Amino acid sequence: MAAPLTLLLIVAVTIRAVLFRSSWAELISERVEVVSPLNAWKRVVEGLALLDLGVSPYSGDVFHETPFMIYLFHFVVDYAEIVFMVTDGITAVALYLSIQTYNKNVFRKQKYALESDRYPADCLELLRSPKEMFYIPLKVAMFYLLNPFTILSCVAKSTCGLNNAIIALFILCTLKGSALLSGILLALATYQSIYPLTLFAPALLFFLQRLYIPVNLRRSSFWFFTLQYAFIYVGSLVVITGLSFFLLGSWDFIPSVYGFIFSVPDLTPNIGLFWYFFAEMFEHFRLFFICVFQINVFFYTIPLSIKLKEHPVFLIFMQIAIISIFKSYPTVGDVALYMAFLPAWSHLYRFLRNIFLVSCVLLACSALFPVLWHLWIYAGSANSNFYYAITLLFNFGQVKSLNLISHFT
Amino acid sequence: MGLLSDPSRRKVLTGLLTRLNTPICIVCYLAGIVWFMGLAFEPFTLRTYMSENAMGSTMVEERFSSGERALSLAKEFDAHKRKAGGMPVEWLVKAMQSRGLEVFTQSFSRKLPFPDENKERYMVRGTNVYGILRAPRAPRTEALVITAPCSPGNTNNQAVALLLALAQYFRNQIYWAKDIIFLVNEHDLIGTQAWLEGYHHTNITEYISGSLRGRAGSIQAALSLELSSDVITSLDLVLEGLNGQLPNLDLANLFYAFCQKLGVLCTIQGKLQRNDWDTAEGYTHAAQTMMLMVLKQACGRSWGDHGLFLRYHIEAASVRGINSFRHYKTDATTIGRLLEGMVRKLNNLLERLHQSYFFYLLPSLSRFVSIGYYMPAFGLLAVILLLRALDLWVHLGAPALAAVDGVTEAEQPSSPGVLTVLTPVVISHLTGVALYLLPVHLQEMAVEHFPVSETEAVVLTAIAIYTAGLALPHNTQRLLSGEGTEQGWKVLKLTALLYLAVLLGCTALINFSLGFILAVTLVPITASITPALYALVMVLLSPAFTILYCVFIYQELIEAPVSVSEGWMLFLSVISQGILDHALYGSLVYPLLALFIYPCWLMFWNILFWN
Repeated sequence: MAAPLTLLLIVAVTIRAVLFRSSWAELISERVEVVSPLNAWKRVVEGLALLDLGVSPYSGDVFHETPFMIYLFHFVVDYAEIVFMVTDGITAVALYLSIQTYNKNVFRKQKYALESDRYPADCLELLRSPKEMFYIPLKVAMFYLLNPFTILSCVAKSTCGLNNAIIALFILCTLKGSALLSGILLALATYQSIYPLTLFAPALLFFLQRLYIPVNLRRSSFWFFTLQYAFIYVGSLVVITGLSFFLLGSWDFIPSVYGFIFSVPDLTPNIGLFWYFFAEMFEHFRLFFICVFQINVFFYTIPLSIKLKEHPVFLIFMQIAIISIFKSYPTVGDVALYMAFLPAWSHLYRFLRNIFLVSCVLLACSALFPVLWHLWIYAGSANSNFYYAITLLFNFGQVKSLNLISHFT
Repeated sequence: MGLLSDPSRRKVLTGLLTRLNTPICIVCYLAGIVWFMGLAFEPFTLRTYMSENAMGSTMVEERFSSGERALSLAKEFDAHKRKAGGMPVEWLVKAMQSRGLEVFTQSFSRKLPFPDENKERYMVRGTNVYGILRAPRAPRTEALVITAPCSPGNTNNQAVALLLALAQYFRNQIYWAKDIIFLVNEHDLIGTQAWLEGYHHTNITEYISGSLRGRAGSIQAALSLELSSDVITSLDLVLEGLNGQLPNLDLANLFYAFCQKLGVLCTIQGKLQRNDWDTAEGYTHAAQTMMLMVLKQACGRSWGDHGLFLRYHIEAASVRGINSFRHYKTDATTIGRLLEGMVRKLNNLLERLHQSYFFYLLPSLSRFVSIGYYMPAFGLLAVILLLRALDLWVHLGAPALAAVDGVTEAEQPSSPGVLTVLTPVVISHLTGVALYLLPVHLQEMAVEHFPVSETEAVVLTAIAIYTAGLALPHNTQRLLSGEGTEQGWKVLKLTALLYLAVLLGCTALINFSLGFILAVTLVPITASITPALYALVMVLLSPAFTILYCVFIYQELIEAPVSVSEGWMLFLSVISQGILDHALYGSLVYPLLALFIYPCWLMFWNILFWN
């Protein structure tokens, strides 16, 4: 499968290179659907300039990236376009390998279950054959690389691509069974934006399942492994945070990055749900609603983990989807990451009842975002309500599609 | 969504939709057309009213009296214009300076992509002259613009002269709260575009112009004046701007209110309002006025110098004086008073005009149709596409759901490879890109090989590429023979229907008239297309023919019907003007048609030749 994957990578790189060289690149890097105050390239350049001047890059409330990101770009800022294309390639290859591993696991389990005659007769049509599953990893990589959302995100040089790469590598390491690497990468992903914290539970469930440790709160083996994994995770997080302190010599980055993500001070319109709400909010109630909105992101972890503890990979997918819908500054790059997983469950599509309606809604909303932005900002004939209506509809479509897909289990 | 998740009710609903699909589609189409035509019927429209409080309650007594002086100035301007062979820049600068304005000039130059045969220009070089009347006791944060074009020949002399007379009169008043800019632009729209780009420091198109040295704050409103005779019989209001954008309805209401007050006949689309709405002639008159507005809005060009201001969120309208054969004539003093009144009311504004409608249709100057009333007409047409798409989805999904007998049946291809659908899509869009880029780029080559002028080369290349695209399906089908026949065209039709629905929806939001006209011709043919349909019907309803029909209908409506050959020449000039408008002012109609609508139509054309 190396040849089709290489061809896919070449096609993807060509498309991105062509767009980088055209006049569309500046236009795309200013679109609010593609970049947010957290991951805009303009802000990275601003932070680098401040760093070169010897001033803390976090002064002035422009720059909200982590110190690791600053130092990475300090070295590669001249090759930024290549870095982002390589990042997309890494994400695609990581997704490819992880879905390949996942399919192998699933097929093995299916074989054992068939041999021990555990499937009722009418489920036979759901069985997957190796031939069907052969192309799924390639389809997943294709869904990620050739997704217009990913291409837009890459051409805009939004650091969301780097975050996606870290999460994809984390999924790969989890599926390969390496708890150490998985913990370290999860810590790195959490360090970048706090929300991947919720991926701790599905990763833990996956490892427990893999090591045949039953999820029983009274068993000591369960606690032993949980504490091990938590120790790796928290330890890496502490080390990374400490390293960041030593890189820049101050704790400025904590309020600038994590305080910014949690308290949502910047209300630039984006495809998320926060901006309009908090623009209308009275100051008195702001803290209460911040807490409500942020708890909303983390809240679904516990019920979903209880319900889906037999299917940790599916749980990872659901968690990533929930993060990208409800986080404080979502962009289309976040949406592209979880959309890439959809081919992995393609054999179950016939049971999706309203998929047509939902995908039409998502398609129409994606097309209407720039139109209503133009009518609001440039023509002056619409106002923020129109744009927020499309945002709401887009998020409703995403939630509905998650709802439909959750019927798989 | 209980209705959609309960399987038995769902089956009943989908069964109903598939059985009654064609009747529902036909009913929706007829309902959409009837709704649209019914919009002009007077009881269904609303009377216009002034929405902005700041403009409504003040009593203004106009005292402008220098109409005669303006007319003698017009003769002087004409003489100097002839002597200078273009814009008499020094005379204008001196005239404005002697009236106490701060005068600045801006020179600009532009090379058109190909010669414009309507206005006979190719390398345009000109100067704009503008004078700023500073508000005596106000902070200089806001401005109003009054502009008159300097046109070659005998046109618009009185407009420039009235501008200067108004400037002199305004200079002596103390009540101005905003600065007033009096702009005389050369080469009509090109000059206005250069001035606006210089004023706002934007660079939308590749003008080479000096930056403006004098500025006056953010412009709140603009009026453009076109006056070519000493006395007029009526004043025509022109609202349609670039890309079908319209100014706030309050500006039209303001104009109408002052015409009523001063007893000036006012028209829109050149047609006078009638009072007999309950007769057939009255209704057809209103319907004709509305159709003229729809056609003018759909072609996306700016029908007066004001049209380019709208893009900068400046409410602007053009006032055109018409001298026809009526007994009652209005002199220049009354026009001056009308403009004085309008500018004084605009002076009272506290914020930009935003209270009234931005999207409307005008069957007459005192009646309007707002977006809430005309959008359902388009919605009914768009719903046909969605119903058809739903019907196709159900048909495509049905064989997969029916095959429940064993694992062997699960291998049935419910969707032919992505390649069968992807290839027509990619090839159609590449043809669209060719239609967009090649006509202008290949004009030198075409002029070398054929005995045509550059403009004709561009237009004929565009038509040639359009027709060449019609021959494509034969070739692509030969390349991919035998890949999923029956299902293949249905999947392509489904994709194309959804694409067309999204495209028409987005177009209708920005420019309702363009979206509606395209929907009227494209929706019936695309909803009913199968490989067995006649190719001729499809060609007759293609976008190019839609433009041709619109040209003929427009000529009929302005009571200047043309023969077939003249119509064809007009059609060619419409195409060249469309390409020029896109290159000069950033009009979006040509790129939309070439890059999106034409490839979409080509995808449907592919279905015709599927077998």
